[in-house]
Amino acid sequence: MRALLLILIAFAAVQTAFAIDPTTIPDPKLQARYQNLTHELRCMQCLNQSIADSPVELAGELRNEVREMIVAGKTDDEIRDYMVARYGEFILFRPRFSARNVWLWFGPAIMLIVGAFIAVRIIRQRAKLVEQDNEPLEEEAAER
Amino acid sequence: MKTRFIVPLVAFVVLAGILAYGVKRAPEKHFIASVMVGKPVPEFTLPSLTEPGKMVTSKELHGKPYIINVWGTWCYACREEHSALMSIQQLGQVPIVGVDWRDTDEDALAWLAQLGNPYSHVAVDKQGRLAIDLGVYGAPETFLIDAKGVIVHKHVGPLSVEIFKRDFEPKLKEQTQEGAS
Repeated sequence: MRALLLILIAFAAVQTAFAIDPTTIPDPKLQARYQNLTHELRCMQCLNQSIADSPVELAGELRNEVREMIVAGKTDDEIRDYMVARYGEFILFRPRFSARNVWLWFGPAIMLIVGAFIAVRIIRQRAKLVEQDNEPLEEEAAER
Repeated sequence: MKTRFIVPLVAFVVLAGILAYGVKRAPEKHFIASVMVGKPVPEFTLPSLTEPGKMVTSKELHGKPYIINVWGTWCYACREEHSALMSIQQLGQVPIVGVDWRDTDEDALAWLAQLGNPYSHVAVDKQGRLAIDLGVYGAPETFLIDAKGVIVHKHVGPLSVEIFKRDFEPKLKEQTQEGAS
């Protein structure tokens, strides 16, 4: 059991050693920002990986840019702007709000409202039908 | 009660139209449109590969249209593209400035000695700074710069004489016409 535990611990250690991005910035606050930013920037060569997760050289160069800009005191938004100016909005995993994608942001809410409106109308109509059903038929009324 | 059928039908037709448009446009979207087109070329001062001790600067290149071709000896598609660059250079319409990306000078010089040198200047970009400023994400990429130093066209992937004639020449002609008028 102890051997197994040791093996597991050894594996855990190996994993960190294999991490793609060993960068550390001494200031933990800056390091947190660095982690955050590199995880939300797309690796343009591999497309579906963030630059933090990609072993590609270009990703490494972009991580380097991010680190330098953070250390130089640039804000997160300034760094994002820098990347967008060169690679376009596509580099952001978290798309920004813009006129072009406004329907993406509000589409679901609009659909929900439209759907709710239709649902309410249908329910009301059905409710009326039930009421009509419950009224005794003329024949039945006559029989009584 | 007719609206009951018309509304879904209209909705379907609209949706089908949007999807058809998207499918038709899909080939264009294969490569990510560059945001750099329409922007001034980033300023650079990089060491020259072919003239040791000299620098290639964006300033000295301004005033006439030119092409920036980002390449590297590690790049397979660049080898494929090279003969096209030689032919384009022989057309004599526009000088080609090479940006040797993330390369060693020895490899690059050997490459040019073996395959020929289509470039008027070759700038050495070892750290890939200019490549990042140009928004390059894979070699080869080729940019057409107008006389005012604005990027007017970008081509991703290997260039061919056909592509040059189709995409670059018309834009070059616009340039010379604007210059004449």
